[in-house]
Amino acid sequence: MLPDWIYDAIFLTAVVFLLGVYVSWRATRLDRLHVRVETARAALDAALVRRAAVALELAASRLLDPATSLVLATAAHEAHTADAEAREFAESDLSRALRAVMDQPDFAATVSARPEGQAVLEELTAASAKVVYARSFYNDAVASARTARRKLLVRVLPLAGRAAWPGFFEIDDDPPRP
Amino acid sequence: MRVGIVCPYTWNVPGGVQQHIRDLAEALIGYGHHVSVITPADDDARLPDYVVSAGRAVPVPYNGSVARLAFGFLSASRVRRWIHDGAFDVLHVHEPAAPSLGLLACWAADGPIVGTFHASYTKSRVVSVTAPILQSALEKITGRIAVSEAARKTLVEHLGGDAVLIPNGVATERYAMADPLPGWPGRDTTGTGALTGAGAGPDADGGVLGFLGRMDEPRKGLQVLLRAFEILGPRRPGLRLLLAGPGDADDVVARVSPGLRDRVVVLGMVSEADKIRAYHSVDVFVAPNLGGESFGIVLAEAMSAGAPILASDIEAFDRVLLGGRAGALFPVGDAAALAASAAELLDDPARRKQLSAEARAAVRRYDWSAVARDVLRVYETVALPGRTVVESPGRGAQGA
Repeated sequence: MLPDWIYDAIFLTAVVFLLGVYVSWRATRLDRLHVRVETARAALDAALVRRAAVALELAASRLLDPATSLVLATAAHEAHTADAEAREFAESDLSRALRAVMDQPDFAATVSARPEGQAVLEELTAASAKVVYARSFYNDAVASARTARRKLLVRVLPLAGRAAWPGFFEIDDDPPRP
Repeated sequence: MRVGIVCPYTWNVPGGVQQHIRDLAEALIGYGHHVSVITPADDDARLPDYVVSAGRAVPVPYNGSVARLAFGFLSASRVRRWIHDGAFDVLHVHEPAAPSLGLLACWAADGPIVGTFHASYTKSRVVSVTAPILQSALEKITGRIAVSEAARKTLVEHLGGDAVLIPNGVATERYAMADPLPGWPGRDTTGTGALTGAGAGPDADGGVLGFLGRMDEPRKGLQVLLRAFEILGPRRPGLRLLLAGPGDADDVVARVSPGLRDRVVVLGMVSEADKIRAYHSVDVFVAPNLGGESFGIVLAEAMSAGAPILASDIEAFDRVLLGGRAGALFPVGDAAALAASAAELLDDPARRKQLSAEARAAVRRYDWSAVARDVLRVYETVALPGRTVVESPGRGAQGA
């Protein structure tokens, strides 16, 4: 017969071990959420850069009148070069500029009639749609990560490590009418 | 692009999700992509060559009804092997919150995962208990799609998070050609302008108004059409009404004046094939809905069949019909206006022909090819260049 304290010790070790497994599982999950936020952010950046590039391409293509070209080129350039703080405003402005340009009466028909016009328009439509998707997926990832980080365990133990508190990306990304 | 699609429900049992996946997969293949679908299937089921079976589904009570689902060690290991062998750029999981292959796939995979949510329910009994189990699997989904505003709302309320809206497509080709139902004049679908069967009898060219939808659901607006028929019927002795959809037929006929009853034909619930033939049997397809429609799948089907449309001017229909160009509109709920517009259309074959052509052109925006293009954009948004979906490490026991 073993002394009682050995049973207590075994029990305690088991509890500590299981707790450890649980905490490490939670930490893995949280880490995965942070990776998802980062991946989604990279995809969002890529989508925004692509949209600005296609807008610039359209502006430079001589498919448009010079005034429209200038509106589009300015907005695309602003969006492309904005710093982190001004980024959301600049990207929203690009969305509005794109709508203002592309919602002109008969815009699509006029541009499509020219060589290359159809292809550029299709690329721009695709690029605008992808910004909407990428932003939704990014904000969704941010929401999941934030929820996880508000949990008691994560706040008490430093499970999040040095990962930054993720921020939503809020812009007007309504695409032009197809 | 290499795409792996996970279907949660038995392939050869008719259902909306299965139909959606079939149409999507075929549209993607049409664009030249490599698609593999894994699904529960009966042992003797004949499957298309892009479909892989994960074994039989078992009927189990789930969420208040009996569902046929695939789960367990065997299904899990088959999903795992399929993911490993597939080397997919994107894994597309349908209905990932159902305890079936979709959930197993989320457990077993790491990488770009797109999830499409189909179901909408107002109340779920189990979600509060199951949320923690689901959460860690659903967290792995990098891009979420909802097929309707209702499905999106369900997702937001029960599971949290958001999704982009990509509605179901319409397989317009499936509706394009069909013979009219026997005894109905039908429209010419060949483009030669001749009315097929127009000589069948004195009644055959009196015109046919068609309706399809729940007959006992006031929002579908059948009562508006019946009131309009009370106005039109006495003036146009050959005019007939062809009604299809769930609801009590006797109850509907009883609402028509006795003298007009023999000109109202109620088909009730119809098969898919007869539904298509019904669209081809009418001169004017009437959509008198009072509201509550987000899109109007019935309207889109009728347009695909080239039926000249007369619809109430609710916002959704106004949009689908391009403000009246692809179909005539009348003020919502106004039976007299419906009657007047219907009479005009019935007397003007050239206008009907034009509306038919415009409708066919306008509905192409809702065709599966357009929907698949949007889904592809989602794939391209989440895909990671140079990396494929891989097996999740260390999930041996939990994956089952």
